[in-house]
Amino acid sequence: MKRTIPLLISAMTGFILIGTAFIPRFVDWGNIAMAWFNLLAAFAFILGGGNLLKMQLQKISAQQPGWGYAAVTLIAFFITLFVGLAKVGVHPNVNFPEFTWSGDYLQEDGAFWWLFEYIFTPLSATMFALLAFYISSAAFRAFRAKNTEATILLIIAVIILLGRTYASVWLTGWFPDEFILGESGIKYSDFKLQNLSEIIMEDFMTPGMRAIKIGIALGVASTSLKVLLGVDRSYLGSDQEA
Amino acid sequence: MLNFLQHLDRRWIFLLMFIAVAVPLIMGTTFPETPSPQVLAVFDAVDNLPDGSNVVMALDYDPASQGELQPMASAFARHCAIKKHNIYFMTLWPQGISMIQKSIDILQEEYPETYKGKYGTKYVNLGFRAGNEGVIKLVVEDLKKSYSTDIHGTNLDNIPLTKNLKNIQQVDLLCNVSAGYPGSQEWVLYGSSPFDIPTVVGCTGVQAPTMLPYIPDQLTGMLAAIKGAAEYEQAIINVYPQLKNNPNAKEGLIRMGPQLVAHILLISLIFLGNVIYFWERKQGLHQ
Repeated sequence: MKRTIPLLISAMTGFILIGTAFIPRFVDWGNIAMAWFNLLAAFAFILGGGNLLKMQLQKISAQQPGWGYAAVTLIAFFITLFVGLAKVGVHPNVNFPEFTWSGDYLQEDGAFWWLFEYIFTPLSATMFALLAFYISSAAFRAFRAKNTEATILLIIAVIILLGRTYASVWLTGWFPDEFILGESGIKYSDFKLQNLSEIIMEDFMTPGMRAIKIGIALGVASTSLKVLLGVDRSYLGSDQEA
Repeated sequence: MLNFLQHLDRRWIFLLMFIAVAVPLIMGTTFPETPSPQVLAVFDAVDNLPDGSNVVMALDYDPASQGELQPMASAFARHCAIKKHNIYFMTLWPQGISMIQKSIDILQEEYPETYKGKYGTKYVNLGFRAGNEGVIKLVVEDLKKSYSTDIHGTNLDNIPLTKNLKNIQQVDLLCNVSAGYPGSQEWVLYGSSPFDIPTVVGCTGVQAPTMLPYIPDQLTGMLAAIKGAAEYEQAIINVYPQLKNNPNAKEGLIRMGPQLVAHILLISLIFLGNVIYFWERKQGLHQ
């Protein structure tokens, strides 16, 4: 029972959604299924919060190394949750002035907005910006022409790095727009770095990506069918748990 | 010298990268950009619409990626504002609400005659909905099944822009700026492709290779990374020179300066690293 009902729900929903693509009568059914999915996705936030609490509390109670960070995470979580739910510092909506909680929780100058703007935004941007430092260090230590493949990768990386900046104009912008060998179709200007980087992206990378994407799509289709037909039940957990 | 470089502390590299990015940023160095055909396709998609067309602007990114993506979103907002388009803002990322506000601020502060006090008639903020591609599937079939109210809790039936809008198949263009999942790929797969909605996207450099296969059939055009943003800004300035004196309209162009120096530094570091590697190999340190 514990397995059959979830299997039936997923099979029914899945087949209805497949049906919407082919049978117009199923379109409304599909929309209802998707509306339910959106509701479930909203509940996932609660599960996410619960999971965060569980993991951090486990770390603190076991006094694992770095448990102090877990404590900071929990304090930050509860402050943000309280400030957001209680709408601290938020003015009531002009249409409903009698209801103190009618204002938008992200209202400018509200406490939640302040936390987002002055703590979350700078921290997120800093984490992302740190990548530049680690990439530069990795480029110096790890990007070596150890074999033919690595050398090709290195040359292409340099072309793309230069081709995506004004350096390409400085270095190769003067290449004339003339054919190299009569009417061969190849011009000197094709070797401008910005053109080379576009050729690499459009003529080499794009076909490769198309092939990979077609492969992924076929894999997704076959895995989905296995899930809908109940052949693959791994998403329900292990046999022991069931 | 090579011995010193062999054991170079990575903090020196960090310092070099810091200087490489900070100096051109402080100096505000910009370089002329020539819009590529792909960027011109994005420009034309927005510009060729008749004034006052309906445009959905889906901003699916967060503060972490706003350094790369905010210039694109701002440029889209300015371009749509110049064309007096009606704009429907929405996001699939909870952090995207604040990103939408930045674009709304541009509309209200820089184009007050068209947008100030025109909420609901010239633009509307649908805010965030959970559900990733599920939301996309619903808004392209039946908008009000996913969004019954806007971000302020006003019923969509009471907002002039959304009153008669059944789904976003009825809009003239979909502009998406995205930093990952859910984002451009999901909009193409579940939104624009099955229903032929004209779509343009702006995405991070990391995402660009995954989006290239959809051009030109499923996607009209794409702005890739800060370079794409800078080229788009240049394309707008070329046609609407009044933006030339607006420093905020050159965010992407200004960021190309640090990008140039940082890329040159990266290439120098790769070169230096390889010189050390081959020197070590000559010394018999590598097999």
